[in-house]
Amino acid sequence: MSSSEGTAAGIYGERFHGTEAAADLPPELTSPLEPQWSNLHAPDARSHSSAGVPRRNGLRAVKTLLRNPNALFGLAFLGAVVIAALTAPILYPDDPLSMVATPFLWPGQDPAFPLGSDSLGRDVLSGILWGSRISLVVGLAATALGLGVGIVVGAVAGYFGGWVDDLLVRVIEIFQTLPSFVLLVVLVAIAEPTVSTITAGIAIVSWPTVARLTRAEFRALREKDFVVAARSLGYGHARIIFREILPNALPPLIVTSSVMVASAILMEAALSFMGLGDPNVVSWGSMIGAGRELIRTAWYLTALPGLAIVFTVLSLNLIADGLNDALNPRLSEER
Amino acid sequence: MVGFSRIGRRLGRTAIQAVPTVLGIVILNFFLLKAAPGDAADAMAAEAGSATEETMKMLRHRFGLDNTLLVQLLDYLNNLAHFSLGYSPRYNMPVLQLIGQRLPGTLILMVVALVIAVVLGLFVGTLMAIFAGRLPDRVLSIVSLLFYSTPGFWVGLMLIVVFSVNLGWLPSGGSGTIGSDLTGLPALLDQARYMILPATSLALFYVSVYARLTRASMLEVKTQDFVRTARAKGLSPTAVTVRHVLRNALIPITTLAGMHMGSMLGGAVVVETVYSWPGLGRLAFEAVMARDFTVLLGILLLSSLLVIAANVVVDLLHAWLDPRIGARA
Repeated sequence: MSSSEGTAAGIYGERFHGTEAAADLPPELTSPLEPQWSNLHAPDARSHSSAGVPRRNGLRAVKTLLRNPNALFGLAFLGAVVIAALTAPILYPDDPLSMVATPFLWPGQDPAFPLGSDSLGRDVLSGILWGSRISLVVGLAATALGLGVGIVVGAVAGYFGGWVDDLLVRVIEIFQTLPSFVLLVVLVAIAEPTVSTITAGIAIVSWPTVARLTRAEFRALREKDFVVAARSLGYGHARIIFREILPNALPPLIVTSSVMVASAILMEAALSFMGLGDPNVVSWGSMIGAGRELIRTAWYLTALPGLAIVFTVLSLNLIADGLNDALNPRLSEER
Repeated sequence: MVGFSRIGRRLGRTAIQAVPTVLGIVILNFFLLKAAPGDAADAMAAEAGSATEETMKMLRHRFGLDNTLLVQLLDYLNNLAHFSLGYSPRYNMPVLQLIGQRLPGTLILMVVALVIAVVLGLFVGTLMAIFAGRLPDRVLSIVSLLFYSTPGFWVGLMLIVVFSVNLGWLPSGGSGTIGSDLTGLPALLDQARYMILPATSLALFYVSVYARLTRASMLEVKTQDFVRTARAKGLSPTAVTVRHVLRNALIPITTLAGMHMGSMLGGAVVVETVYSWPGLGRLAFEAVMARDFTVLLGILLLSSLLVIAANVVVDLLHAWLDPRIGARA
């Protein structure tokens, strides 16, 4: 495929891939050695041609995102948290729950324990570094799970409509009416708290938002020309849903997923603060919960893990805001 | 009156729409209760200390726990129809009565927090919209994003550190001075002192939500023709902002405030445990600790009904505020 053709397909492919004119067929399909019977195998030829279209959406969005100072700060801080989570086992190979220091060291009092130690002599810095692992794992896994379920349900409801839509909307409505944190507490309390049940619980309370959003996008997009064209080419429902409509419905979903990670981290923190966290791992919420009783004498035990939560969630929200600006075509046209 | 009949029709339609949702929630609640470890017979046996296999069988038979799932579901629905949510052996009283005792505390807390959030959010959002793009807007945006990212329970704990431990101005927990014989206004003021910190820590997150929303919707309304007309006929900028822009920007905020009832209830659960506030959230926490699932699911069911009621109220408010909404639907 020549480069100029690729660029043109890249620009128009963003919204109209699958509808290229016959002239855009890649050379290998029109070569004399392999005669093309497009009247016989039109759908195959078309799917072959549209399969080779490079997808370049997002490049401009990434550039816009990187020009936004707030989003850059968010990306940098989140990067630091990811590095902390990855290096925690190297820097602090010991169990963060083991007693290593004199109890109640204030931050800065002993250079070996820069952030001090708690009432049992556990290193606060080690706890915060290890805690970032739980927050990130739960945040990312719950979001991935919630996005997966929400996108499938929302896509099916929005694409097919009719009684399927009515039924799924009812289910979504039920889950949106149940107070989500109360439901999460009930779910985790019923299925003993572990990292995986907490993740599943957060996914269960967060998928309806995604489903609603996806459904709205699919309803708006399913009558568009490029979808009608894809349908007339004989593409199956799955192909139209996932390859044609979904890429065009992605921008709001990407923004939502960043907010979802943030709120999943907040929910995990609140759960483990209430003593409903996984008892075998240290998390920021459980550190706050443990420090709470000592708030009069050693408030740093509560303050430090809380600051870790605030800045991690803040950076995710800054990224979400930046993504929103970058992916919103109306705003990016003006830049 | 025409207005009343319109609102009445709207109420009827909303109530009918709510029926399947309520039914779905009740059935989901039943299955969650079944999924919870232990049943009423186990609880009785645990209270008694010991039980033989035969006694357990007899207990299960008496509670109807040996019936098929469908019969049990019908029993559950029948009990609900008689306003019975079951019995909590631990508190030694019916669950509904237990929840009824704690509900007012939570409702007061939520209403106060909501009022703080809406008033403060509107104020901050209006400031942000007036100074859009300039320094005050940027600073307030960052501050509101900071509050948006802060867990309510942590704000609560930090407020305790500052205002109760260091300054000693406000009490750190409870809902009133124990053993005080205050009456009338002093008693009310005493309770208000205990209310300030919990309500503030619950409200801060929503302040930032409403501030951001107010800013966005005011900037949108500002560009519309009727605002230009108002300005052209010589109204003062304050009058234009308050009477024309803010008023029209209010509708999305009332929508969101109604939608926030559910999440605010969740926030209240955590904040109440921080301040040992005697409300529904604190009860939920105690029920979790005691693994008392009858109480826990009763709370879930009742709080869902509360959310539905709040949605109905918001719907009616809209129909009353803006006649077009009722006509279109």
